[in-house]
Amino acid sequence: MSQFLPALVSILFHGLAYAMVLYLAAVGLSVTMGLMGFANLAHGVFAMAGGYLTITLMAALGVGFLPALAVAILAVAAASVVLERTLYARLYTASEIDQVLFTIGLVYMATAAATFFWGPSPQHLALPAALQGDIPLVGRQFPTYRAFVIVMGFATALGLWAGIERTRFGAMIRAAVDNRAMARSVGIDTDRLFSLTFALGGGLAALGGGIGAEILSIHPAYAIEHLVYFLIVVAVGGMGSIRGPFFAALLLGIGDTACKYLFPEIGAVFIYIALFILLLWRPAGLFGRA
Amino acid sequence: MTKLDRRTAAVHPVDHIAHSHRLRWPEALPWLLIAATYLLFPSYLALGSQVLIMVLFALSLDLVLGYAGIVTLGHAAFFGLGAYTAGLLAAHGWSEPISALFAAAVVAGAFGAASGAIILRTSGLTLLMLTLAVVSLLAEAANKADSITGGADGLQGIVINPLLGRFDFDLYGRTAYLYCAAVLLVMWYVVRRLVHSPFGRSLTGIRENRLRMHAIGAPVRRRLVTAYAIGAAVAGVAGALQAQTTQFVALNVISFHLSAAVLIILIFGGAGRLYGAFVGAPIYMVAQDMLSRLDPVYWFFWVGLLLVLVVLFARGGILGCVDGVRRRWP
Amino acid sequence: MTSPALETRRLSKSFGALVVTNEVDFKLERGARHALIGPNGAGKTTFINLITGRIPHSAGCVLLDGEDVSALPQEARVKRGLGRTFQINTLFPDLSVLENVVMAVSERQGRGGDLFRPAGSRRDIIDEAYDLLERLRLADDALRPVRTIAYGRQRLVEIAIALGLKPKVLLLDEPAAGVPSAETALILDVMAELPAEMAVLIIEHDMDLVFRFARRITVLVQGAVLTEGSPAEILADPRVREVYLGERRHD
Repeated sequence: MSQFLPALVSILFHGLAYAMVLYLAAVGLSVTMGLMGFANLAHGVFAMAGGYLTITLMAALGVGFLPALAVAILAVAAASVVLERTLYARLYTASEIDQVLFTIGLVYMATAAATFFWGPSPQHLALPAALQGDIPLVGRQFPTYRAFVIVMGFATALGLWAGIERTRFGAMIRAAVDNRAMARSVGIDTDRLFSLTFALGGGLAALGGGIGAEILSIHPAYAIEHLVYFLIVVAVGGMGSIRGPFFAALLLGIGDTACKYLFPEIGAVFIYIALFILLLWRPAGLFGRA
Repeated sequence: MTKLDRRTAAVHPVDHIAHSHRLRWPEALPWLLIAATYLLFPSYLALGSQVLIMVLFALSLDLVLGYAGIVTLGHAAFFGLGAYTAGLLAAHGWSEPISALFAAAVVAGAFGAASGAIILRTSGLTLLMLTLAVVSLLAEAANKADSITGGADGLQGIVINPLLGRFDFDLYGRTAYLYCAAVLLVMWYVVRRLVHSPFGRSLTGIRENRLRMHAIGAPVRRRLVTAYAIGAAVAGVAGALQAQTTQFVALNVISFHLSAAVLIILIFGGAGRLYGAFVGAPIYMVAQDMLSRLDPVYWFFWVGLLLVLVVLFARGGILGCVDGVRRRWP
Repeated sequence: MTSPALETRRLSKSFGALVVTNEVDFKLERGARHALIGPNGAGKTTFINLITGRIPHSAGCVLLDGEDVSALPQEARVKRGLGRTFQINTLFPDLSVLENVVMAVSERQGRGGDLFRPAGSRRDIIDEAYDLLERLRLADDALRPVRTIAYGRQRLVEIAIALGLKPKVLLLDEPAAGVPSAETALILDVMAELPAEMAVLIIEHDMDLVFRFARRITVLVQGAVLTEGSPAEILADPRVREVYLGERRHD
């Protein structure tokens, strides 16, 4: 019993931090999937790019962690708009297999480019002094960095909710997810909406990749290695939902951490079996519409 | 009137459909090339066997993706299951190769039926994720069960008896090449029968318009699961061939990369045409053999770029382009 | 007493709080030529989708030949003689016209799942499909991919596929939708030649077509039956006129 409680707290804490990185990296994919019906398997590339940029800006130019993160987010968001306008937009009406192949192509190119510029080994995020060490919480010590990630994750999630529920931009997104033709007929510029949403999703992923770099390490195979988890977050959460991916990421992050901690031999297998059962029960995900 | 119209106008439409499954002379081409390779490039037969195995693997995917329209990132799961089945049998004393192929087909097919019955209830991105999850699940299981599979070191100690009790698997890979070619021929015949059967036509129907197939009373999900299971079994045979001819099974037989590679091969060649696999696999494998010797990193880059270009400009793959050219200049 | 070919009892469908089909009692007699009319959004297509089982109903039941089929999936209802066409072409666009119909005939004969016998070896199936094309004046286009033929002729392929099922009950969802008025005559001809014993329910906006074809008309408004009667009765009914005039004003 004396072992149990600390283990539980530790699982919850690390699981939460992991969940927040997954959430940030994948939430944009859920929105673009719901909004444009686009199966963007290259979404993880945005997270990876955010990670690489943050680390490189800090290491090469000596920029601070937060400014580096901000620059990375903006740069990735801008780059994703360019990609969206020049390439993705041509494929909105294409078949699913074309979208899949196209985005796998992008992943492969990004993987090769990352290896070319940064080499095959993982990049280390040099944490600022403020985020090093531990903070005491309910009589225990917790890594400050992970606590920071959790706080950032929750804050972003709250901000997104508020943004989607309260702002005009959010209302337009909700309308377009519900019914694209209708949204267009009431005068919403869906092309512009798609671009902005894409930028938002890319920027969020870059944020996840950047602040999560010490949890999901930044290396060339990042987008492929974590693809299945990003897709789980989106599918379990329910396509097009904002809340869904948050709870799906919590389930996956904490569940995965718990399984690997409690049953190190078969932990990863466990999570997949749970996934199959969950989707047999709710094929459209937790918050998706059937 | 184009040449095509004139030719078909002479035939009654009923006959045209009734004869659609007859063999045509271009269908002999792949077999002539396979035979010619054996005679002309005796020192490349090891690579040749690998190509034939990939042709078979891509052919199995054609049934699932090209005909039934199931977009999957998990086809390597069945290749891997077949490879481990044949490999484990051979490592534990069952050294007769042909019966092991059957065993591999049964194991992979059964797993395909079981997983297909679950995941084919979903569609779109969720289905895509689940196919990938199946691969990840199996890869994780194979990795963790290293006392059985050898884990990251790979499965070793595979011993294969002479084929039919007479033909040793020689160092030059002659027996292996002919063995692969023979198995491919049999499997090609089976798949060809399937796609020309009413079942195969109904798969095309499901791909073209699932709603209508429901409305004419077709048991759509059962057909899809059947196609998925058969595709899995054929992929299992391909995996078993790989284990037997290389006498080794590495963990990477169950991976996203292999799933993606076979997808790319099929799309490059042309999906839903039965022969896309025969066109895509040799080109991909030979190019990979040459380019990745320079640097595997560049290989990924070029494959990625080519994928993007094919999707943007050459939908239908190489065979699709050939068709297009033939239509324009008859 | 023989039961009607198709019957619904208090058939209902709601999406959340929105009721789209409201306790519809409906009978389609054997050999009927029946039309279902109503303003846009009255729930006509939903009603057909509930009958065929394409979408699950919320309450009530559907009977085919007096037997409750409410619990059966779509394909089982088709096997019991329920055929339909779609308002928006739902065809196999890359297959030839003949293959489109072969697909239906093959499924009706229970051959659709045959694994190894070539489809081409079933000459009886192909012959039957071709005969159907001749009846519907589509034989000239037999080998052309469906997507390459004129829209009006594609509408005929819709009907041909449904007839390939030899249904006892045929549901036609706006067979003339989108067809230039010059070509609707062709569709009407085909409909006039449907087997007499087949019960036919048609949804149609073209009132001309409705009154030439139907011997009985049901009016659906906001998911509920407003009235039912002979064409003359419906024409004379002031409520129907009000619904339609109200609709016209919005156009």
